[in-house]
Amino acid sequence: MIALLKRDLVLALRAGGGFGLGLAFFLIVTVLVPFSVGPQSALLASIAPGVLWLGALLACLLSLDRLLALDWEDGTLDLLATAPLPLESVVTIKALAHWLTTGLPLVLAAPVLGVLLNLPGPGFLWLVVSLALGTPALSVIGTFGAALTVGLKRGGLLLSLLVLPLYMPTLIYGAEVARRGAEGMTLATPLMMLAGISAAVIALLPFASAAVLRVNLR
Amino acid sequence: MTLTVTDLAIARGGVPVIEGLSFALEPGRALILRGPNGAGKTTLLRTLAGLQPPLSGRIEGAEDRIAYAGHSDGLKPTLSVTENLRFWASVFGGRDIGPALTAFHLDDLADRHAGNLSAGQKRRLGLSRLLVTGRPIWMLDEPTVSLDREAVAMFAAAVRAHLGQGGSALIATHIDLGLEGEVLDVGPYKARPSLDSDFDGGFL
Repeated sequence: MIALLKRDLVLALRAGGGFGLGLAFFLIVTVLVPFSVGPQSALLASIAPGVLWLGALLACLLSLDRLLALDWEDGTLDLLATAPLPLESVVTIKALAHWLTTGLPLVLAAPVLGVLLNLPGPGFLWLVVSLALGTPALSVIGTFGAALTVGLKRGGLLLSLLVLPLYMPTLIYGAEVARRGAEGMTLATPLMMLAGISAAVIALLPFASAAVLRVNLR
Repeated sequence: MTLTVTDLAIARGGVPVIEGLSFALEPGRALILRGPNGAGKTTLLRTLAGLQPPLSGRIEGAEDRIAYAGHSDGLKPTLSVTENLRFWASVFGGRDIGPALTAFHLDDLADRHAGNLSAGQKRRLGLSRLLVTGRPIWMLDEPTVSLDREAVAMFAAAVRAHLGQGGSALIATHIDLGLEGEVLDVGPYKARPSLDSDFDGGFL
């Protein structure tokens, strides 16, 4: 399992691995928003949590179609399915590697980009907390979507359509935590909902992903 | 332990291709699969490897004992030869990759990226993976594609060494490997289109 994680991280960092793709997209979106909205600091401050969350979510979505498709194309998935490693742990490790290469950089970059959007002071902590709690769910749900569409040529569109509705709860509660944090309101309820969603998908979805992957490998 | 297949029926894309197939593969033996294109050789190997369920019939002694090598080698072009092989070695329990590299004359290429290898060299790297799995039954689907004559001999020697250690191999191939093994022609087991298909029964 460690070997698979290490290999995925090395592959992501080598040329053409796609590390930084999501991060660059996140950067571009948040840098461009102030230009398109205009220099109204009050307006920017009020939309900042939502924009940052949306940018992070779309950045996650961007790299999903490579998550399993590359391994499927070169036959690695077939070989992994016949290896002693259970497919459930293969998809979990894949999701973890995706989070480490896409989600974690987004979490770390978000406070820096928050400055560009005039995010109010108390919001920074809760933005990072909400992204740190929410992005693992995005990776796990995305792995499920990638497993569903793995055999399809140009499955990216279908993947986005399948995954976006599943991302909705995470986006709603995650952005709500960040917004309430920025405005200094109580945020225990959305925070618990967000943590609950993440815990549930991490616990349950790997089994569903492995099951659909088995069907798709036939 | 013997791999026993009893009255197996398999389907590709929902269409039955082979039915009524029975054979036994004992340790130390090789079985060469023959049959025209589309006869279901690949489907049979994938079924035995556990990648798809059979329509009916029993497969015994296959669980966790099969090393499967299909049409593609599962190599990552941006990893070196050693890194590719070491990855598979650790997935299958951390065997030493030295003997595998030597058996397929890959020592000189060890630090090259797999993406820079020729088709035959890639194939050799893909086949060397079998040696690091430590699995007793090899399932090989057209293993000699893009190999030159020398590499075919290398491969045959590797298979013979594997058989000598009590392993067994099921090989779908059209060339003569010089292995003493029975030939299993899957042609006669071709599934007949079933007459009592109730495909349109649901509409009537």
